[in-house]
Amino acid sequence: MVRDPDGRAQAWPSGPARSGRRPMSNEWRKRLEILVLVVPAVALFSLFALVPMGQAIYYSLFNWNGLGPVDDFIGVGNYQQALGDAVFRGAILNNFIIVVLSLAVQLPLGLGIALLLNRPLRGRTVLRTMIFVPYVLAEVIAGVIWLLMLQPRGVVDSLLAGAGLDWARQVWLGDQDIALYTLFVVLTWKYVGFAIILFLAGLQGVPQELNEAAALDGASWWQIQRNVTIPLLGPTIRIWAFLSMIGALQLFDMVWILTGGGPGNATQTMATYLIQQGFDRGRLGYGTAAAVILFVISLVVALLYQRFVLSVDNTEDSSPKKRKAVR
Amino acid sequence: MSINRIRSAVALGASVALLAACGGGADGTDDASAGGEAGGDVTLTWWHNGNNDPLLSYWQGVADDFEAENEGVTIEVEAIQNEDLRTRLQVALQSNDPPDVLPQWGGGELADQVEAGALMDLSDRIPEAIESLGGSVGGWQSEGATYGLPYSLGVGGFWYNTALFEQAGITEAPETWEDLFAAVEALKAIDVAPIAVGAGDAWPAAWHYYYTATRVCSPETLETAQLELDFSDPCFIEAGELVQELVEAEPFNEGFLATPAQQGATSSAGLLANGLAGMELMGHWNPSVMADLTTSGEGLGEDLGWFPFPEVEGGEGNASAMGGGDGFSCAADAPDVCADFLAFIVNEDNQSAFGATGAGLPTLPAATSAVEDPNMQTLLAARDEAEYVQLYLDVTYGPNVGGALNDEVALMFAGQSGPQDVVDAMTTAAGTQ
Repeated sequence: MVRDPDGRAQAWPSGPARSGRRPMSNEWRKRLEILVLVVPAVALFSLFALVPMGQAIYYSLFNWNGLGPVDDFIGVGNYQQALGDAVFRGAILNNFIIVVLSLAVQLPLGLGIALLLNRPLRGRTVLRTMIFVPYVLAEVIAGVIWLLMLQPRGVVDSLLAGAGLDWARQVWLGDQDIALYTLFVVLTWKYVGFAIILFLAGLQGVPQELNEAAALDGASWWQIQRNVTIPLLGPTIRIWAFLSMIGALQLFDMVWILTGGGPGNATQTMATYLIQQGFDRGRLGYGTAAAVILFVISLVVALLYQRFVLSVDNTEDSSPKKRKAVR
Repeated sequence: MSINRIRSAVALGASVALLAACGGGADGTDDASAGGEAGGDVTLTWWHNGNNDPLLSYWQGVADDFEAENEGVTIEVEAIQNEDLRTRLQVALQSNDPPDVLPQWGGGELADQVEAGALMDLSDRIPEAIESLGGSVGGWQSEGATYGLPYSLGVGGFWYNTALFEQAGITEAPETWEDLFAAVEALKAIDVAPIAVGAGDAWPAAWHYYYTATRVCSPETLETAQLELDFSDPCFIEAGELVQELVEAEPFNEGFLATPAQQGATSSAGLLANGLAGMELMGHWNPSVMADLTTSGEGLGEDLGWFPFPEVEGGEGNASAMGGGDGFSCAADAPDVCADFLAFIVNEDNQSAFGATGAGLPTLPAATSAVEDPNMQTLLAARDEAEYVQLYLDVTYGPNVGGALNDEVALMFAGQSGPQDVVDAMTTAAGTQ
């Protein structure tokens, strides 16, 4: 999108081109078209993205309980308090633990299953569907199912007992030391299907000839995956990692249903914290300050990732685009 | 090109139509409600938390009766589970779109809503109804004006399973702090969770602190604390120390830190209702909540008992009780008939019928004789004999300070916080009021 100036220079020819009558009307028509096509999108984006962001920043500077007039200006007081609150700092840490765990666990797991499912296999379609089902389930429904299964004396405990693993029984969601990891297991169950589908789609773009050529050269299946397939899957993996990181930073629904941020704030995330402070405590100003911090963290992570990781793909992409613009 | 032009024209047309639709919709509703106020047909929207029987059908009956007596009035009833209701109500009030008749628990929350101009002043609209309830209305007033009517006012205490107590060899309900610990040990010995607590919701854990504070602190201290949000009296630390002592005795159900209070059979109310826990510190509404969490729909039935929070040695509030009630308010911009509906809810017929459901304790003195349930009669006696009735602390202090109190006590249950931290958390929150 950023690179469009090349294209636009074409659409708006400067001075000399205006001489003829036809190019002139053509040019106006194009301007009108751009206007008509762009305005609704820009208007909606402003209304539902930019304006609320601006409002959030404004409210975050006030001590406001959400009911009365917004008049108690306290500057960055809310930000100071949020960053000084051990619970909020713990929530940020929890978000980053989930980010790291997601990348470290879901990537190898998802990639491995995708590579296996990409081979000719009996019942492949059925397996693919089964793996994708958790992702299709509504988050709330999946959350409630797991909540019921993870209760003390629930399904999970009974299964463990049935398998003779009584010693492995835990208070899955009520133990401060393991609740976050229980949550992560549920999240992995829910989202690894998405990674697999993305990777499978990416694998369809890896030309079969390369595999055959490598096989002719005597490469083993494993060597082919390692040296041919996975490098070509790079752009897909990088995009997945980006989506996964942003999702982990904004994590809310599953936590809200399974633990509500508890026990003892062990699974608090930035999003659950800001909802609790903003709505339950009736401190909308403070809650929005936490929301703005979440926004800034996500934005910085996204920009850094764009700049240092996704830029690899962008430079590869941009060459054909440029060619098109020249033509 | 021509196809593109058609497309853009369609896009433009669609967005114009969208904007027009938005504007039109808003106008439409305005017209409808304005017409309703002036002419015959009025619609009242009503949210309440009686989403289980007996209250569900009871409230529906009240709405039907009111509709029958007042032609042209339609009441749109929405029964919502308590925790969900509170969240929705907060959001509705903040977005300036509350239901006409909204649940009201009084105290600091009511004061916040009054300050924001969200509630209808009932003082001059239904003076007889306000008068008839006597002192019970106190919690629903702010600066001398009445903004809500309570239909039920109860006190909290321990609900317990008499059969399990008997089995554990406990012959009398605990009266002192020491008795409570003895009962805990006895229940542990028969392999039952002595006390069920829904610490996942924070407030049920904090209740233990409310009650120790009510026992330790004098009524005067509590009154000063709620007026000035000043918690410097040492009794607030002492109360925390007692709670810590209780937590250290490990009397709670397995996984109590994640247990909800009322949702599902594995909630604290569900554990008590299904004979898996000995007792639970909870409000007067517990029997109706418990009933819905058993397959029989009857809860513990005959085996359910109630005793007040035990007395502590040297406590200045041993003759106090703590409770709270449920009431309704009208939104500031609700139709006039809303106030009449509130008065209708607390008239003698309805209050007597309410008392007979056993789901609460009527506030209208003339209706208390309708209470048949023996446990409710015990509660009623505790309420009326107490020298001082403190409104639940979180309700009194409002969502900000009350919420800080709840969360900090929940952390104490998780072993992450102590008595001084609880006082500090309340003081800090009070500083941001």
